[in-house]
Amino acid sequence: MVQALREFINFLCNPVIYFTAVCVAWWAIMKYYQVWTQPRVMLPLTGFALAFLAFAFTDKNFYGEAVKPDNIPIWVMTIATVFLFWLSMRRAAINDQLMAEGKPNLEKQESDKKVYTWPDLVYSELICMVLFTAFLIFWAIMFKAPLEDPANSGITPAIAKAPWYFLGLQEMLVYYDPWIAGVVLPTMIIVGLVGIPYMDFNSKGNGYYTVKERFVAIWLFGFGFIVLWIALIFLGTFMRGPGWNFFGPFEEWDAHKVVSAPNINLSEILWVKTLNVGLPKNIFVREIFGFILVAAYMGILPVYLAKTYLKQYYEKMGAVRFYLFAILLIVMISLPIKMYLRWLFAFKYVISIPEFLFNI
Amino acid sequence: MAEETKLNRREFISWFWLGWITFSVIVGIVLSALGRFLFPNVLFEKPSKFRAGMPTDYSVGVDERFKDTQSVWLVKTNQNTMYALSTVCTHLGCTPNWLSSEQKFKCPCHGSGFRPTGLNYEGPAPRPLERFAINFDETGNIVIDKSKKIMNASEWEQSEFLLKV
Repeated sequence: MVQALREFINFLCNPVIYFTAVCVAWWAIMKYYQVWTQPRVMLPLTGFALAFLAFAFTDKNFYGEAVKPDNIPIWVMTIATVFLFWLSMRRAAINDQLMAEGKPNLEKQESDKKVYTWPDLVYSELICMVLFTAFLIFWAIMFKAPLEDPANSGITPAIAKAPWYFLGLQEMLVYYDPWIAGVVLPTMIIVGLVGIPYMDFNSKGNGYYTVKERFVAIWLFGFGFIVLWIALIFLGTFMRGPGWNFFGPFEEWDAHKVVSAPNINLSEILWVKTLNVGLPKNIFVREIFGFILVAAYMGILPVYLAKTYLKQYYEKMGAVRFYLFAILLIVMISLPIKMYLRWLFAFKYVISIPEFLFNI
Repeated sequence: MAEETKLNRREFISWFWLGWITFSVIVGIVLSALGRFLFPNVLFEKPSKFRAGMPTDYSVGVDERFKDTQSVWLVKTNQNTMYALSTVCTHLGCTPNWLSSEQKFKCPCHGSGFRPTGLNYEGPAPRPLERFAINFDETGNIVIDKSKKIMNASEWEQSEFLLKV
């Protein structure tokens, strides 16, 4: 019975099901934020999660991984993310309710006055800094750094994982060329985050929590942060084992698990498998479909969106802001698209020119 | 007397060229010294060529004896050819593991998989494992020259990189 349940959960942690479930959960979280943020819903949910965790810890494979000193940050991250996200969403839910009734929101009830950066904010930050430093020192003394033997280029570990906070990036590297996933996309993430205040000039939500007035902004940011970052870190920690293969959380990490996951490029799918003519010699002809697809996705899609589905945003934001926003959005969405293509259709690269180290 | 030798403002500025030249020369010297510093006087590198014994020392399949010391896998095929594969994954440079039961090289970092030929068929690696030049020396030993390598499968048949034994 217990074993059957474990195996069922392992089955659910197939990447397609796991990632789809996370996406659906995110959709539901945003749609029903008035419901789940209530303590009478959140408390049973937390209880259920803890009970499930207790059950998970009875499995030796999961336990071994979960109590590693490397993975303490994962738990800190999980608890902090869930609690702080709940807290802000709870306040937002109350505020949205209050404002719908025409009453002042929680922050206004507290005080109508503004607080100063100095000394109010800076002092809070100073105190946080001191406490956090003390916490880090305590942590460093309590848990030894999980160091291994001196580096040896001849010995390859069966599992090579990045630091926990980079596991999302490492997952991204599975689907994209190192240049794209290691340089272009992280740069776009940072530049995009820096650029948010310039693209999103809506001043609603300044100084108070709200979901209703900032629904799209919170939805998109949370999709990038919760789904494409936190959930992928979780996936990288508990579901990626030796050979960077997928494993269920209760599955033994067998380095000799036989997994065959061949994948092929778009050029091979179209020229060889569909048209049956073999790959053309000329690189440009060979990759022509990929170029068309990428040009359409990056060039035509934003324009199309500006004219149709996102027309109101285009009119509100103006051309420059809108196209920056649309490109960043499209690039962000390209990651889950590529993940699904790989998982479902063994799809490798849209454009693959290894001759020039250029792959998308 | 003293007032006559004093520089006026215009004359003072007319001497700036000397200051700028001095400044540029000094900055130039410092920068070139800094640039020189980036290139070490001595580089302790292993010779790029190494001997790998006789072909008879090898049985058909992937041989890992030079993985640690030379970062090379020697592969002997049943068509009596040999080639030398680089142990550097073409995705991000980790060292894959040879899984003999599955007859593949599997990279632990992002899951790239390579066939014994070095062909990339799993995971994100965009190119096959690189191959090094392989030849016989006058005594009949196999010599592998890591300074020469090929990157793409189309070049595999070049005689310099495929040893007939």
